[in-house]
Amino acid sequence: MYDFDYKRPSTLDEAASLINEDSVLLAGGHTLLPTLKQRLAQPETLVDLSAIDSLRGVCPDGDKLAIGAMTTHAEVANKATIPALASLAGGIGDPQVRNRGTIGGSVANNDPAADYPAAVVGLNAVVNTNKRAISADDFFVDLFETALDEGEIITNVTFPTPDAAAYMKFDNPASRYAIVGVMVAKTSGGVRVAVTGAGPCVFRQSEMEAALSGDFSPRALENINVSADGLNSDIHASAEYRANLIKVLAKRAVAQING
Amino acid sequence: MPTVSMTVNGKQVSADVEPNTLLVTFIRENLRLTGTHVGCDTSQCGACVVHVDGNSAKSCTMLAVQAEGAEITTIEGLAKGSDLHPMQKSFQENHGLQCGFCTTGMIMTAVDMVNKQDNLDDASIRKGLEGNICRCTGYQNIVKSVKAAAQEMEG
Ligand SMILES: Cc1cc2nc3c(=O)[nH]c(=O)nc-3n(C[C@H](O)[C@H](O)[C@H](O)COP(=O)(O)OP(=O)(O)OC[C@H]3O[C@@H](n4cnc5c(N)ncnc54)[C@H](O)[C@@H]3O)c2cc1C
Ligand code: FES
Ligand code: FES
Repeated sequence: MYDFDYKRPSTLDEAASLINEDSVLLAGGHTLLPTLKQRLAQPETLVDLSAIDSLRGVCPDGDKLAIGAMTTHAEVANKATIPALASLAGGIGDPQVRNRGTIGGSVANNDPAADYPAAVVGLNAVVNTNKRAISADDFFVDLFETALDEGEIITNVTFPTPDAAAYMKFDNPASRYAIVGVMVAKTSGGVRVAVTGAGPCVFRQSEMEAALSGDFSPRALENINVSADGLNSDIHASAEYRANLIKVLAKRAVAQING
Repeated sequence: MPTVSMTVNGKQVSADVEPNTLLVTFIRENLRLTGTHVGCDTSQCGACVVHVDGNSAKSCTMLAVQAEGAEITTIEGLAKGSDLHPMQKSFQENHGLQCGFCTTGMIMTAVDMVNKQDNLDDASIRKGLEGNICRCTGYQNIVKSVKAAAQEMEG
């Protein structure tokens, strides 16, 4: 690793004042530290958010669940009252990754194979920052790109409780990242189907959403032809394979919801 | 250089470290506790697992400064004198190791797993060991070791 300075502010305002173009935020470090170890980045200062208590915790808030940005995957797996969200968090990486990695870090990073983006978009969550509230559909922009401005800090993510939801992932057996992951949810605003791992960035499968709105059953997805255009192709899976997985996993998610 | 203080295996330690010092480097080079290993540079192998405030963590993917004020347990902190921890004993008795490189991390992960989950079956033990890679054993005897120790520790 290159040299850097390290700061651990105890308030959000102090953290915001320390952020500039040469510094980066440090949450669980399970994306950032491997990147620094490979010398793929050279920040001057790391601003560690771990001492800001208000950024941590799983808080039911009426019909919503607010999860602090610094809440670890393990805490979400144990405490989230939305079962699909708890099970998604419990399937991230391995126990050590879940003990350190945070929802804020994962969402801010927007890795194309990360799990949380499927939950945020599928459950129609809101990403709250020290400046504003950003709806899920506007937050994830492109490969590793989000709507966050430079230096903007995620404070929490609020998930409306769905009527029912399920997340299915076909994971990479080495890293457990999603080769494809699909969140299907029945929400107050209709059926949502969010796909991660398959493309450069999480996306909604609107054709499936329309079909499931009419008939919420695996059968309703049978005749949908998922195009491989624009999907990822790598040593793990071809674009065609991923296209097929989207349908298989969506059907399994619907079947699980229907019990 | 910032000063970092933490408790390691029950002892208070304090040192000046560069901010880019990894926790595993601090443990191995400053404290000379070399039972914690480094097997990769991609955060995947688990040879470096220690407990941080009672949770297993990869010490190669934490900075020493992030452990300020924390309670750390390394493999050297498990045995009581010459009395091995039940998990260590079980790996010995069930031939849960060959070269031994992965073993200290395996044991630290396994102890955390047994502390947090009851009635572990083979499938949940394998799931719990997903962050630890062994190049020798084929895992059969590792799973056997963890299961036997779990029964001993719960019993
Ligand atoms: C072996 C391994 C396996 C993994 N497997 C999976 C998997 O199966 N699925 C999966 O989804 N992920 C996986 N991950 C990634 C893991 O979930 C990371 O923890 C996560 O992507 C990043 O979270 P972090 O808290 O570690 O963030 P950090 O690494 O600390 O930060 C990541 C980025 O987000 C920024 N950031 C952090 N917090 C905030 C905030 N509050 N506001 C704004 N920006 C912020 C940082 O500046 C940095 O750019 C894996 C990682 C490893 C090492
Ligand atoms: S040394 Fe491989 S995970 Fe830490
Ligand atoms: S015993 Fe050799 S790596 Fe596991």
